[in-house]
Amino acid sequence: MIELRSVAKSFAGPRPRVVFANVTLSVAAGEMVAILGESGAGKSTLLNIVAGLDYADAGSVSVAGQDLAPLDDDALTLLRRRHVGFVFQAFHVLPYLTVSQNVAVPLALLAHTGRESDERVASMLDAVGLGDRGASMPRELSGGELQRVAIARALVHRPSIVLADEPTGNLDPSSAAGVIELLRDRIRGEGASGMLVTHSRAAAALADRALTLTSEGLVESR
Amino acid sequence: MNTVARAVLGGALGRHRGRLALSVLAIALGVALGFAVALVNASAVGEFEGAMKTLSGAADLEVRGPRAGFDENVYPLVARDADVAVASPVVEVDARIEGRDEAMRIYGVDAFRAGAITPALVPTARDALDVLRPGNVFVTPAAASWLGVDEGDTLRVQAGMQGIALSVAGLAEASTGERYALMDIAAVQDLFSRRGVVSRIDLRVRPGASPGAVRARIASLLPPGVSVAPPQESAATTARMSRAYRVNLNVLALVALFTGALLVFTTQALSVVRRRAYFALLRTLGMTRGALARWLVLEGALAGCAGAVLGIAGGYAIAYVVLRVVGADLGAGYFRGVAPRVVVDPVAACVFAAAGVAVAALGSLAPAREATRAQPAAALKSGDEQEAFARLRSPWPGLAMLAAGAAMTMLPPVVGLPVFGYASIGLLLVGTLLLLPRIASVALSRIHGGHSLPAALAIAQLRGAPGQAGVSLATIVASVSLMVSMAIMVASFRQSLDDWLVRVLPADAYLRAGSAGDTAFLTPAQQRAIASVPGIARIAFLRVQNVLLDPTRPRVALLARDLPEHDPGSALPLVGDPYILRNGDPPPAWVSEALADFMHLQPGARIDIPVGSATRTFVVAGVWRDYARQQGAIVIARPTYVAMTGDDNATDVAIWLAQDTTAAQLRERIEAALPDAARLALATPGEIRELSLRIFDRTFAVTYALLAVAIVIGLMGLSSSFGSLVLARRREFGMLRHLGMTRRQIAAMLATEGLVVSTIGLAIGLTLGFAMSVILVHVVNRQSFHWGMELHMPWMSLAALTAVLLVAAVVTTVASARQAMGGDVVRAVREDW
Repeated sequence: MIELRSVAKSFAGPRPRVVFANVTLSVAAGEMVAILGESGAGKSTLLNIVAGLDYADAGSVSVAGQDLAPLDDDALTLLRRRHVGFVFQAFHVLPYLTVSQNVAVPLALLAHTGRESDERVASMLDAVGLGDRGASMPRELSGGELQRVAIARALVHRPSIVLADEPTGNLDPSSAAGVIELLRDRIRGEGASGMLVTHSRAAAALADRALTLTSEGLVESR
Repeated sequence: MNTVARAVLGGALGRHRGRLALSVLAIALGVALGFAVALVNASAVGEFEGAMKTLSGAADLEVRGPRAGFDENVYPLVARDADVAVASPVVEVDARIEGRDEAMRIYGVDAFRAGAITPALVPTARDALDVLRPGNVFVTPAAASWLGVDEGDTLRVQAGMQGIALSVAGLAEASTGERYALMDIAAVQDLFSRRGVVSRIDLRVRPGASPGAVRARIASLLPPGVSVAPPQESAATTARMSRAYRVNLNVLALVALFTGALLVFTTQALSVVRRRAYFALLRTLGMTRGALARWLVLEGALAGCAGAVLGIAGGYAIAYVVLRVVGADLGAGYFRGVAPRVVVDPVAACVFAAAGVAVAALGSLAPAREATRAQPAAALKSGDEQEAFARLRSPWPGLAMLAAGAAMTMLPPVVGLPVFGYASIGLLLVGTLLLLPRIASVALSRIHGGHSLPAALAIAQLRGAPGQAGVSLATIVASVSLMVSMAIMVASFRQSLDDWLVRVLPADAYLRAGSAGDTAFLTPAQQRAIASVPGIARIAFLRVQNVLLDPTRPRVALLARDLPEHDPGSALPLVGDPYILRNGDPPPAWVSEALADFMHLQPGARIDIPVGSATRTFVVAGVWRDYARQQGAIVIARPTYVAMTGDDNATDVAIWLAQDTTAAQLRERIEAALPDAARLALATPGEIRELSLRIFDRTFAVTYALLAVAIVIGLMGLSSSFGSLVLARRREFGMLRHLGMTRRQIAAMLATEGLVVSTIGLAIGLTLGFAMSVILVHVVNRQSFHWGMELHMPWMSLAALTAVLLVAAVVTTVASARQAMGGDVVRAVREDW
């Protein structure tokens, strides 16, 4: 579902540098791959390239069977809307919407409204253990609960790709483990392909595979 | 800690230089306008008072009467008082300059006596006898420059219907740039038909004598309509006439400063929301509430300092240009003949600079308190900014202010100024601003985004943070309401003036004996000659005098008119019900609204008027509207006036033409019938209306300029608010881009927010502006100028204003959206701040 072949990325400017070269990766449906690496290795940049938010300088990127190279910004956006779910380190839950409304945003973007949408939202909230918090406002939730809302939002529209960027960075170890397990289980359950960027070896251990990103590419971590 | 705090806070400030610059500019504009108005007023009044002081010289007392003068036999009565050292008689006329529609003041003096009291009224002559020669005139250097004449030239002026040639025999000493001329007193009396009268008598009291006692003794000798007072009282009386206008301008300038302060408040308030997490970090690291509050107030004060410095410099520049281009009276006509310069006034500069700093600091006070109130732990959490300004949601302070403002409209003026009227407007404005979060909540609860996600998100965002929405609305509401109130007031005044002109100009043509000054008149023979011209269906003559009813007030115009025999009041624009005359009533007089207010007169009341050499009692037959004479006017029937005074000259003529006669034909026929008819000023009602409205527009030019500044500040506030809010939400936009929202959809979301906020702001501003305009029209204007007027709504202008502001709001939000959608927004999701 995610295919990267010989992808390379550099940053230009007064101090140009090669972020990474020759990244090749396949992530199958139902699989969650952890990406480790030092700070500045380009892990988040790699996620952005997969999400269509940045362009590779070389190589090919294919998401849900679609080659990203010929697509313009609007087409990438529409692809992302349909096929990608995102989980951020800082949760990024909209403070002025209820928990249910936050989870429903991807469905609304796809013009899915009404009873079917409400049922899907309720089902996702149940799946992440927040079935009774739908009417709560984000400020009433703990960090762990907010991340669960973010996971529900990332999966509610049944994306084929789930990208998580340091999803446990702001959580305590106990909450972090729970979130990773939840993410892994939902990815497997929905048949999505997941990429998890993390510094935490404990989090990486819960993934199906762990790879380390270096300037030469991806190498197996274990 | 201070180093850390400075680095964090100063760095945050430095990143938003644009917004900081806007705040500085807003304060600078407010300070510049306020300072400029104060400088112009001070220069004008100071120059005027200086001129009066120069002209009154060393006089301790001044005997004054009607404009046309009083019996010269008063002179020996006062001069004989044992404690009067010197008495100097003066005759004053305003003579029209031939070839111009302007008049110049000519003082006829007794040079020997004037020299002992008012040296400024003594000319410098090569030959001492030149001063006494009847055809000689001495002009001030300012007058010579204005007239383009020099020693030896001829100056032609109008007297009656004739032209008189005067020889410029030299210059008159003048210290402050006034324009006037000097002649021998007897020459002025002869040439300008002032035989047997003087305009004033300057008195110098013997050293050691009490001026108060002398004043009391002389007052008992004076005929009706003549009074004695120190010269500075007369100057003060005249200056008081312009006081209401000057105070009005000062208030308008302060409005600009207030709007600038509001912009600082809005910018600081939204900046505090944006930096909530910064402050939480500093508080967590150990910064006290007090230190944080002081820092934020200092931020505002620094912006105020920078603005104040720019504003003071700008104020001087504006005052200089205004005095040169528009004049000392800003077009209102109070200080004709005064040519002031901008006076360096360090005290006023310090006061206005301090005001700029103070309002900027005050504008930061509420945001500073808000910042210190937030709990650090909560403030570090996302979503806490929705709670910003939660305390503003209480409606009680706002409601209390509205109630107080409404109550104040009932209160009378204070020393002739509508202090409570201005306070009422201020309370309504501030009260409404305090209610904005509550009003925003109610309004937003009724708006739905429909099926559009961008619109739904926009409405949800606004609903979720009514305190922030209220702050965003503040500058829009303040600017719009001030603009709307002034626009309605000016439109009401203008329309009322236009309607009044139609009412008071029913004839087809109007003749005036001279286009300027008070030395022109038509004799009975000339009147008969005009009346006998073919093509005239009806004719009415008018004699205008100025009489002194109250020595502490300016002279009042006395208009002796030919009125319809049946229902004479029908010729006047009466307000209210007239008084029905009964047998035994004294002759009727119709008083203007201003005079009725000053003297608390109602129809049916008695009024004593000095007519001729005696005081006569009249009954107030009605009150009429008069926009021409702020000091007040009285109309009496001309036959009554002629019978009382024997003066059957006329100054103005109203002519109704026969069907087949035009105004141009009338002019030709009058010129054929009357020698010197070329000196007559003939105008149709349309021409008079056009000129009057042009003068009105010029008088209000400054108001229009201040309105434009309010609009500019409002738009700046709008731009600053939206820019701040957009900046604070970059991570949100980045997240939405990750979820698959297109740039266009995010721009649509922001445009919806901008449109909704602006629409609510406009609606509130229009409503508040209307309420303020009612107070301006019926309280402020009435108490300031004693002019009644009807409310007229300039619908087209208001619609245009609304459209422009809505478009500006959308353009501003789209521009802000472009900035928000810059490439880095995607990476913003990973930013800590």
